[in-house]
Amino acid sequence: MSNANKYKPNLIRGLWALTVRELKKWLKDPVMVLMLVLQPLIWMGLLGKSMRIDALFSANNINLPQQIPIPSNAVISPTIPPGIPYVFLNGTIISQMFANMGTSIMQNTFGVADYFSYMAVGMISMIVMTTTMFSGMSIVWDRRLGFLDKVLSTPVPRGAIIFSKVLNATLRAMFQATIILALAYILGLQLSSTFTLLNLLGIYAAIFLLGVGLSSIFIAFSLRSTRMERPMQIISLIMMPLMFASNTFFPISLMPDWMQAIARVNPLSYVTDAVRQLTILTLDASALIMDFMYLSIFAAVLAAIGIVLSWKYLTK
Amino acid sequence: MSNDVIKAEGLTKVFNKSLVAVDHVNFSVKEGEIFGFLGPNGAGKTTTINMLITVLKPTEGKASVLDYDIAKQANEVRKVIGVVPQEYTADEDLTGYENIILCADLYGIPREISKKRALELLELVELSHFKDKRVETYSGGMRRRLELACGLVNRPKVLFLDEPTLGLDVQTRTATWNYIKRLKKEYGMTLFMTTHYLEEADALCDRIAIIDHGKIIVTGTPSELKEGLGGDIITIGIKENEDVSEIIRGVKNVKEVKNEDGAYRIKAEAGEVTAPLIIEALRKKGYTVTKLSLTEPTLNEVYLEYTGKAMRDTEESKEAFISQRITLRRARGG
Repeated sequence: MSNANKYKPNLIRGLWALTVRELKKWLKDPVMVLMLVLQPLIWMGLLGKSMRIDALFSANNINLPQQIPIPSNAVISPTIPPGIPYVFLNGTIISQMFANMGTSIMQNTFGVADYFSYMAVGMISMIVMTTTMFSGMSIVWDRRLGFLDKVLSTPVPRGAIIFSKVLNATLRAMFQATIILALAYILGLQLSSTFTLLNLLGIYAAIFLLGVGLSSIFIAFSLRSTRMERPMQIISLIMMPLMFASNTFFPISLMPDWMQAIARVNPLSYVTDAVRQLTILTLDASALIMDFMYLSIFAAVLAAIGIVLSWKYLTK
Repeated sequence: MSNDVIKAEGLTKVFNKSLVAVDHVNFSVKEGEIFGFLGPNGAGKTTTINMLITVLKPTEGKASVLDYDIAKQANEVRKVIGVVPQEYTADEDLTGYENIILCADLYGIPREISKKRALELLELVELSHFKDKRVETYSGGMRRRLELACGLVNRPKVLFLDEPTLGLDVQTRTATWNYIKRLKKEYGMTLFMTTHYLEEADALCDRIAIIDHGKIIVTGTPSELKEGLGGDIITIGIKENEDVSEIIRGVKNVKEVKNEDGAYRIKAEAGEVTAPLIIEALRKKGYTVTKLSLTEPTLNEVYLEYTGKAMRDTEESKEAFISQRITLRRARGG
């Protein structure tokens, strides 16, 4: 009948239109992009550069005696070549013994020699987390400004509205993670010998999974919360603990048991580990597979919950 | 298809199981007419429109647009309607042109058509010169026109306008009315609009439903409603502080007398003849008339008649209006 009926609103068209709208908005506000990148940059530049654990554990920081005399009648072990009656352990030798202590502590606990590289990767998880958690705020604004109602009055598939938000948040997270990674590299991130440009794909995949999971749930939560301030409060409340109860700053193995329990279910740990495997660590395939399995399940479960909740809200 | 483009039967919306925003309203809108919902803020106008445009689901009752059920065939309804919301919903960071293209994309209109149509619509609402300017640089009147253009992008059969001139100055308001009239003429659409401006309802609407507290009080054409008052309105003030209603009632042609704080609001036929008679009757009894006014009925009188309050009394402050909207939003969110 009417000519209006002949148009076929479809998911992809709608999804694309709404996503492009948000990306345009985002790119027209470069200050906002900068602000979000600034926080992890400060963490990385100040904490990452000053926390030199390898330098902390060096011979210079230990009070060593000048000389340790060893009695000449000391039992000489069989490994010492015969013909040498005694040795003096002097400070230089002791210093040499301790010289690589910091590096080996780092290697054995953190897996890499320098702390900066370790935590810089953690900052990638951090930016993904903040970007995707705050993504819910844009739908709150859309609702408040009446834009959401206008979109709802068009025949665009409801899924397109939700997916555009998730996609947009995830794309932004990936873009910002790229900036952080580039900045970290400039500031001295040590890539391992197993790093190839192909690893970038893996990094994006990990970020994508975390982004989809977190943004879906936070969009649903923001959409359904009746007070605008509530999502902000919740996000700022959980962000710090989520970061510290993960391997973002320190290895899980050093944590007390109860904290390890949290860190082992915390998706941040898995993203961070995956990105570390793909950048600064010598790639451990089984660990990487484990990370991706966990992240896939996390993304699938949270996205399902988030999308169902949003859907219910939008079609009520 | 029946002649009625929009039909509502017992349409009801209750928020949070207690806040009755729309209370069993019945109305129908004929093809090609401008139908207006007139009422104060919070009367249930926007809630009604939101149900008709399928953004809200009714709690009870049903309604249809072009014979499509708003609840069961929401998607069909969405395809044939255009919506011009109360708020400025155009994206401030995009240009006017980009906004229209975005709307067109949501309807699935192919780009080759939408590009042409966007330019046509911008021409129609006289925004061609500003098409590549970001909306944040637009004035209120320009934004309103852009909203109109967005609402027309799918060539709707029925256009819904929610408070189309809210917050505009008198000049811009008159200009917007002219756009709406032109749109109706050029596109031959049926229009459903809400307003709390009496002049607007009078100037634009073919038929009006006065709504208050979620209920339709009366429906009719503006002139029917005015005639329905049964004559002119004479307002009289007297010096003495006594009730003279009975004396006035005794005068020929007087149909109704209301004492409103010492001012008598008299409904009478042939007001210009009756007014001197009233003065005469009062003078005979020794009362002195200090004030007199004679008005032919306007919608303001109609409104006063049916809701028992002057329109200006119900125009709350902006703050009250906003806080009420927030309450409604919360109710919706929870």
